[in-house]
Amino acid sequence: MAVITYREALNQALREEMRRDSNVFLMGEDIGVFEGAYKVTAGLLAEFGEKRVRDTPIAEEEIVGLGVGAAMVGLRPVVEMMTINFSLLAADQIVNHAAKLRYMFGGAVKIPMVVRMPEGGGHQLAASHSQSLAVWYAHIPGLIVVAPSTPLDAKGLLKTAIRDDNPIVFVENETLYNTRGEVPDGEVLTPIGKAEITRKGDDITIITHSRMLLVAMTAAKQLEEKGISVEVVDLRTLRPLDKQTVADSVRKTTRAVVLEEGWPTYGVSAEVAAFVQEMAFDYLDAPIRRIGGAEVPMPYAKNLEKAAIPDDQAVIAAVTKMVA
Amino acid sequence: MKQRSQASAQPRAVSLPLDKETLLHFLNKMILIRRVEEKVAEIYTRAKAGGFVHLNIGEEAAIVGAASSLADRDYLFTSYRDHGWALVKGVAPRAVMAELYGKATGCSKGRGGSMHLFDSKVRFMGGYAIVGGMIPIATGTALAVTYRGTDEVAMCVFGEGATNIGSFHEGLNVAKLWQLPVVFVCTNNLYGMGTAVRRASSVSEIYRKACAYDMVAERIDGMDVVATRDACLRAVERARKDHEPSLVELVTYRFRGHSMADPARYRTDDEVRWWRERDPISSLEQKMKDSGMLTQQEIDDIEAAVSRVVTESVQYAESSPAPGLDDLYKDVYVQSEGQ
Ligand SMILES: Cc1ncc(C[n+]2csc(CCOP(=O)(O)OP(=O)(O)O)c2C)c(N)n1
Repeated sequence: MAVITYREALNQALREEMRRDSNVFLMGEDIGVFEGAYKVTAGLLAEFGEKRVRDTPIAEEEIVGLGVGAAMVGLRPVVEMMTINFSLLAADQIVNHAAKLRYMFGGAVKIPMVVRMPEGGGHQLAASHSQSLAVWYAHIPGLIVVAPSTPLDAKGLLKTAIRDDNPIVFVENETLYNTRGEVPDGEVLTPIGKAEITRKGDDITIITHSRMLLVAMTAAKQLEEKGISVEVVDLRTLRPLDKQTVADSVRKTTRAVVLEEGWPTYGVSAEVAAFVQEMAFDYLDAPIRRIGGAEVPMPYAKNLEKAAIPDDQAVIAAVTKMVA
Repeated sequence: MKQRSQASAQPRAVSLPLDKETLLHFLNKMILIRRVEEKVAEIYTRAKAGGFVHLNIGEEAAIVGAASSLADRDYLFTSYRDHGWALVKGVAPRAVMAELYGKATGCSKGRGGSMHLFDSKVRFMGGYAIVGGMIPIATGTALAVTYRGTDEVAMCVFGEGATNIGSFHEGLNVAKLWQLPVVFVCTNNLYGMGTAVRRASSVSEIYRKACAYDMVAERIDGMDVVATRDACLRAVERARKDHEPSLVELVTYRFRGHSMADPARYRTDDEVRWWRERDPISSLEQKMKDSGMLTQQEIDDIEAAVSRVVTESVQYAESSPAPGLDDLYKDVYVQSEGQ
């Protein structure tokens, strides 16, 4: 068992899948010579050459469209958007095309494509570069949206995603790239559509995903010291949602907090709160609480930015109030 | 000079360097499109087809000339104005008609409708209803061809309105940069909905836009099936042999409104009459008759055969079942590993 970074885990997944299947190839801005804006594709151009690691012009709509067209005839493109903010320029290809063609064309075509993109704030990049928009894609039938929080799941979910025959939006997080975790040697495949109970507890369930898992875990540790036992559920896949695992946990603990980095309005937490009350209303001992990013465009100043992103103190305050 | 225009002023009379058999084949397909489209207009008016329906009437020479330059193994992507293109690429008329009726036997199983015909068996890769949306996708399929080292060509068809949208420029740039085997065909019917080309495009001669990408481009009289076929064949061969993409502008005209819902009041009667006098079908018939290649009897025979096909396709569509309600949730996803 090796301890590696989230970045290295993604890199291993790409490398292993490219070695396994010659139909897998990569496209994106600065993924080759520059080795990726976040260096996820480091070393891959050297190993696989320009045919399979293609530097593209800065043309998001075209890049994703290239992936759709190649996938329609049987290749397995893995497309990188430098960040989720820029993927909005490719929204037409992702939402109107990748997600729709199979259904609209009577089931006669498959789009086995992965579109990778990091999201999240915390690096003083201000409003245009700090958004958490995975939920925009999770709204769309026809897309699968995964958002791993650990190196293990980053590797396991990316490998599974590349082998899946559906268009998949694979959401990474800029702050997670340097985080470390254990990843077993050999084949790692994490199932899509399965949440994970990252921490077991009895008094309350925190439902979260991506980087906020780390915040939830830090808060849970501190709450433990206060005598509050917290269960933490990592959604891992945002579409399709593993409602059963979440509902089972809430039925057991009878309280739920939903934590996300993005804006709660129409957000992941809104969706989770809705299905939890549908599936576990009779078990709830308190209203479901939602914690998310401040409903403002992300500011630049360090203190303001920090105040706009949920932290462990916000979680501890909310949980303490609910359990008291 | 790589870029040239053969249609700078007005459409010329049909040129005729081809043998009778080929010309009869073209005439046949053009009449098929015309009669299918007239029937489509009729069934739409009778509320048998819904949604937006965009007809190809007037554009038959452009369609037959361009699509017939492709081999069976080549891929064809088009806009929502797709009925004629689908027919010439080999989608069965009955499957097109059934799709318009929203029936389970339609080429897209009744899920796509008029704007989203599809049949991968004949490599008709779809009608696309987002203006310009098919351009990046067609370049992606062309990329797959180079990836595999095979020799298919991807043809991508759109209107002149689509050449003002970002995806057109992104797609042409990449096609040339990566030397992809793709032929971009712009059917310049002079209007995008009600907006005349000169009111929307800083360059009214669309082929000139290719110079920004150092791409071979030609402007052709799209009412002339032979000139269209010749230009598209050149482009297809350039793509196949040299992996050199091209932009072919076909100057044409839609005789009807933008869609069935459009009475087309933004065009003058004189203008429409001028173009109708250059009807691509009667022009070809006249030219063939004049050179002794066609008799009225042969025309009557083609019309009769086409009429039978149209009637049969409507009967097929009428008698086909609607999709079952259990179809609603089918094919949103492929059920594969990982799920
Ligand atoms: C991105 C987008 N914007 C607007 C529309 C609405 N629309 C449909 S067809 C059309 C005109 C397109 O004209 P052109 O590309 O010249 O093709 P034509 O219909 O003349 O064949 C417009 C504006 C659309 N479908 N997609």
